[in-house]
Amino acid sequence: MASASVGMKQFYAVLGAVVFIGIGALGYLLAKPATVSIPANVTVQPSDTAGFKGYLKGSPNAPVEITEFADYQCPFCQTFATLQMPTIEQRLIDTGRLRWRYMDFPLQQHPFSRLAAHSAACADEQGKFWPQHQRIYEGQAEWTAARSAVNIFHEYAKANGLDLARYDSCMQAGKYAGRIQASYEQGIRLGVSSTPTLLIGNRLYQGRFDSDAITRLVDSLAPRPTS
Amino acid sequence: MIYRMGAALMSLVGLFVSAYLYLYKIGRIGSLACGSGSCETVQASPWSRIAGVEVALVGVIGYAGLLLVAMMAVQPALAARRWPPTLLLTLAAIGLLFTIYLTSLELFVIHAICRWCMGSAAIITSIFVLALLDFRRGAPGGAAIPVGPEPHSAR
Repeated sequence: MASASVGMKQFYAVLGAVVFIGIGALGYLLAKPATVSIPANVTVQPSDTAGFKGYLKGSPNAPVEITEFADYQCPFCQTFATLQMPTIEQRLIDTGRLRWRYMDFPLQQHPFSRLAAHSAACADEQGKFWPQHQRIYEGQAEWTAARSAVNIFHEYAKANGLDLARYDSCMQAGKYAGRIQASYEQGIRLGVSSTPTLLIGNRLYQGRFDSDAITRLVDSLAPRPTS
Repeated sequence: MIYRMGAALMSLVGLFVSAYLYLYKIGRIGSLACGSGSCETVQASPWSRIAGVEVALVGVIGYAGLLLVAMMAVQPALAARRWPPTLLLTLAAIGLLFTIYLTSLELFVIHAICRWCMGSAAIITSIFVLALLDFRRGAPGGAAIPVGPEPHSAR
C-alpha cells in the first residue's frame, strides 16, 4: 500500500510538471508578438526590383498616370481604397483615361504594414494582387486589432483562391521584403512623407482625396474629347 | 495501473498540442513552429472544420475527455472496476479512427502533412496501445493482478 502511495505521488509529480511546462509554453506563445514579420532593414538588391515598377491597373495607353504611395494600415489609405477607388476605377481607369500605379510606403508606426504589403506581393505572384489588396484594405479594422494579422491575411488568400502552399512559402520566406523596401526608399527619394501621397507628373499631392477631385485633375490634364 | 498513468500523461500532452493548434487557428498565435508551411495549409483547408467546429477544438475536447477518464481510472477505488478501462479503450479507439480519417485526408486530399497533427496521431496511437494493454490485462483470462477486493465483495 505504501509503495502504491509513493507511485501515485510520483505520478502526480510528473503530471504537475507536464501541466507546468504546457501552460508555461502556451502562455509564452500567447504573450509574444507574431513570429512572421517582414523586416524593414533589408538591403535592396537589384534582383528585388528587376522588372517591377509598381502594381499597375489600367490601359498602358492611358493619357494620365497616377502613382499612389500608400500604407495598408493607414486609415486614410483605407478610406481612399474602399470608398473612392471604386468610383475612380469605374469613371477613369475602366474608360482608358487613367492608369494607376500602386507603390508600397509602409510607415514605421504601423506594425502590420509590411506584412500586409508582403501578403499582397505574394498574391501578385499568382496574379491576384488586386483582389488581395482590396480585401486587406476592407478588413483593416479586423486585422489591425488582431494580435497576429498573418492568419487573417491567410484567410483572405484562401478566399481569393490562392494556392495556399505557395502563398505560405512566399510569406515565410519574406520573398518580397526587398521589393517593399525599394518602393519605400523610392518614395523617400521623391519626397513622400505621409500616406496616401499621389505622384502626378512630377508633382506630389498629399492629404485626403476624393473621386471628384481626381476626376477634375484628370479632366484638366487630358480633356475629354468633345463630340 | 502504469498503463492508465501513461494514458493520462499522454492525454495531457495531447491536450496541450490540440490547444496550441486551436489557439493558432483562432489567430492567437502568430505562426506554427512547423517550418514547412504544411500545417498552415492543413489548418486553412475546408477539412479543418467539421460541422462548423474546428478540428483542433474537437481534439481539445477529446483529449480532455480521455484525461478525465484516465484520471478516474488511476484512482485506487476504481482500480478493480471494469468500466474505466473499457471506457478508456472505447474513447481511444474513437480518437484513433478519427485520427486515421484526418491523416488520410492530409495524405490524399489536402496533400500536405502537418507535423503537429502527426504528433497528435502518435499520441492518440500510444494512448490506444496503453488502453488496450490495460484492458487485456484486466480481461477474464488476462494477466490481471488483483489490486484489492471488489467493494461489494465485503458484504
